[in-house]
Amino acid sequence: MDRAKKRKIRLITTLTIALLLATALVYTSFSASTVTRTPSQLLANAQPGKSYELNGRVVRGSLKESGQSFSFRVQDRVGGKSIPVTYSGTVPDPFREGREVIVSGEVKNGVFVGKPGTLITKCPSKFKNKSE
Amino acid sequence: MILGRACILAAFVLSIYAACAGLYAARTGRRDWAVSARRAIYGLAAVSVAAFITIELAYVNSDFSYSLVAQNSSTTTPSFYKFTAVWSSQAGSLLLWVMVLAVFSAAVLYSTRRTHLQVAPYANAVIGAVAAFFVGLMLFAPEANPFLASNPVPVEGNGLNPLLRHPSMMFHPPMLYSGYVGFTIPFAFAVGALATGRLDAGWIRSTRKFALLAWTFLTIGIMLGARWSYSELGWGGYWGWDPVENASLLPWLVGTAFIHSIMVQERRGMLKVWNVSLIATAFTLSILGTFLVRSGILDSIHAFGESTLGVPFLIFLCVIALGSAALIVSRLPDLRSSHRLDSLLSREAMFLLNNLLLVGMAAVVFWGTFFPLISEAVTGTKASVGPPWFTRYMTPIAILLVLISGVGPVIPWRRMSRAKAAALFALPGMAAAAAVVATGLLAGLLHSVWATLMFAAAAFALTVMLREFFSGARARRSLEGGSLPAALVRLVVRNRRRYGGYVVHAGVAVMLAGVAASSAFNHTAERSLKVGQSVKAGDYTFKYVRATSDAHNERLSFGAIVDVFRDGRRVTTVHPTRSWYPVNSDRMGSVGRFFGGEATSEVGLDAGLTRDIWTAIQPDLRPLRPAIAAGNRLSGIEKPEIQAIVITAIVDAYPRKATTATFRVIVNPMVTWIWIGGMIVLLGAITAMWPAPDALRSRVSALAAARLAGAGRRAPSEA
Repeated sequence: MDRAKKRKIRLITTLTIALLLATALVYTSFSASTVTRTPSQLLANAQPGKSYELNGRVVRGSLKESGQSFSFRVQDRVGGKSIPVTYSGTVPDPFREGREVIVSGEVKNGVFVGKPGTLITKCPSKFKNKSE
Repeated sequence: MILGRACILAAFVLSIYAACAGLYAARTGRRDWAVSARRAIYGLAAVSVAAFITIELAYVNSDFSYSLVAQNSSTTTPSFYKFTAVWSSQAGSLLLWVMVLAVFSAAVLYSTRRTHLQVAPYANAVIGAVAAFFVGLMLFAPEANPFLASNPVPVEGNGLNPLLRHPSMMFHPPMLYSGYVGFTIPFAFAVGALATGRLDAGWIRSTRKFALLAWTFLTIGIMLGARWSYSELGWGGYWGWDPVENASLLPWLVGTAFIHSIMVQERRGMLKVWNVSLIATAFTLSILGTFLVRSGILDSIHAFGESTLGVPFLIFLCVIALGSAALIVSRLPDLRSSHRLDSLLSREAMFLLNNLLLVGMAAVVFWGTFFPLISEAVTGTKASVGPPWFTRYMTPIAILLVLISGVGPVIPWRRMSRAKAAALFALPGMAAAAAVVATGLLAGLLHSVWATLMFAAAAFALTVMLREFFSGARARRSLEGGSLPAALVRLVVRNRRRYGGYVVHAGVAVMLAGVAASSAFNHTAERSLKVGQSVKAGDYTFKYVRATSDAHNERLSFGAIVDVFRDGRRVTTVHPTRSWYPVNSDRMGSVGRFFGGEATSEVGLDAGLTRDIWTAIQPDLRPLRPAIAAGNRLSGIEKPEIQAIVITAIVDAYPRKATTATFRVIVNPMVTWIWIGGMIVLLGAITAMWPAPDALRSRVSALAAARLAGAGRRAPSEA
């Protein structure tokens, strides 16, 4: 086989592999992703048994602790309606009322039940909003 | 403050001048303008250092008339953190960025002042333009201005965010910035090379050290971030595929590809388009990294608030990306390789494979990081991918990379015979097999296939590296006599770049083996315990012995003494605590404000070579509530002395009143090897960068030239 032909075959093989991998990447990212919702979106439309990622702000004055479980309400970043959330397990250091959180879980009887270990609190400090 | 503002203004004028004069000098070829443009960069370095010192002094003296100082420092902040709090803010970190850029650029332009007479003025112009952008932000965007006056001037500052009070967090940002900035320099020279059409390896030779330096800083920065996450965030992990972490990994991956592929251009004149594309990508990703942490466009643990800096950054990014692409395309005919790939079993083929893998990794990280935006654009709903998605792709690629890090450096350029390859890799192959057997005996072969494969790849690469050192040292000893260790030292000293690179490879293999072990074989438990109760994780039992409390100067901490047992024997005792910093408002009452502020975890850690015992606690402060409420109502509680007495009494009562606490415990094997691997990488990078004495350098390059000529005679090039 001459060199040019060999080189062409190599190139085509590499490109095919790259294309296949890219397709897998795109496909798995869409199928394995968790849908991110704001509280108002979740209140308007939530399928039972489906896993969501909830992103919003912990309403001031709504946080109740009991042993290792927490219950609080989360509202949209801009305010508005709020959804009750229960979460058990340890919470990250910056977790407080008024902070923005991301938590995965499902909606059961109108309450968002967080999956342990998924609660993330945004670190408010670093380059902070003037409004806070 | 006037001085600081004047410095920023001067920096702006100087950087614009450097850009324009550099461009004019490059276009007309006038030396005097080139000299003047270079001096403008020296001036920029001087004024940005002056501005930085001004703000540093304000921090050290707690001068709250600076709004920046009032926002993230206070009189009670420890001196070390006063000094380093400068870059914990948006504006301060931008100033640091500009200062590092100006100092680096001044150094490189000084060292190339007599060479690269055509390329350097363009590079000068690019550096000026980049600096002008960042200085412009400080000048025109109020939130990025480090010299904003506070009005009114507060008596006390807000203090540094407690979460950032960790030594590694203080050095993490400057390291990352130095890394990001460092890529500006090879990028600027690549632009110069493209613009002038001088596309030989000259621009690479004079900037490769900066690429390596940038890479080293970025590596240290990423490692420090991981260390901070592990010991401060009370989560127990060191890497979470968070957008901000990914933002620092992206330029690192592409930069790693770059420092490998330029060797192919230096030696064989290949991959020219690829190299300029890589450095343009690495630089774009560096700016993207700086931008991501400020924009708030992606949800991350590190929220930096929605900032108005997003739009200018986006425009700047587009200009860089489109500009470099256009420049590369316009020079495509001049970028043709002087050689072609001869064989897949050659060093250049390994370099190519290494590059494809690294760029593939970068593509995976990029896609996953920006997936929320992609998904919103395509389907209309915001969705995100989690860590399992990332690891599914990254793990196999990382294993392959470690494997070829052991192959690439030892196989010859151009081609080698299969028989020779078999002889070369028989011993490392056996080491890999031994690693598989050992893992199988210790943990069961099928427990984690990926981890086992990673151990095998690491054993392979480490064996190759060790053999290289050993056989090299032995050859040198037989040549020059003396002892083997002395011969080893001479070997490394004479070939710093090569053996430094080997050490880096060994460090990466050790580090990734540690990552594999700790991710595949850790045991985690999370449980609420009463005093006296225990929880099990793996072979270890954790017993909550008693509660502790302490009132420090500026925080209150509550924790637990935890005894750790294995097979009924006490192995160690750890002391996890969580501390609360006071809130600067009376909304929670004069006493309550000390218990309701920012909290930080101090992890109870017993680190070891084989395993880490990691514990974090979430104390239940409810038993203290009646006392806090009573304290708030006490008359005369406004007085600090009385507050101190009441608070001390409440804190002292905690060990008696404590009922339950929630614990997170992890038995994490081989985590220490991640940090050890990081140190080895650093050692190797320093070895590779260490300047060789002039005499040695000329001898080495003469030797290399002779070797190249010899190779040319043996197998004449077909290109």
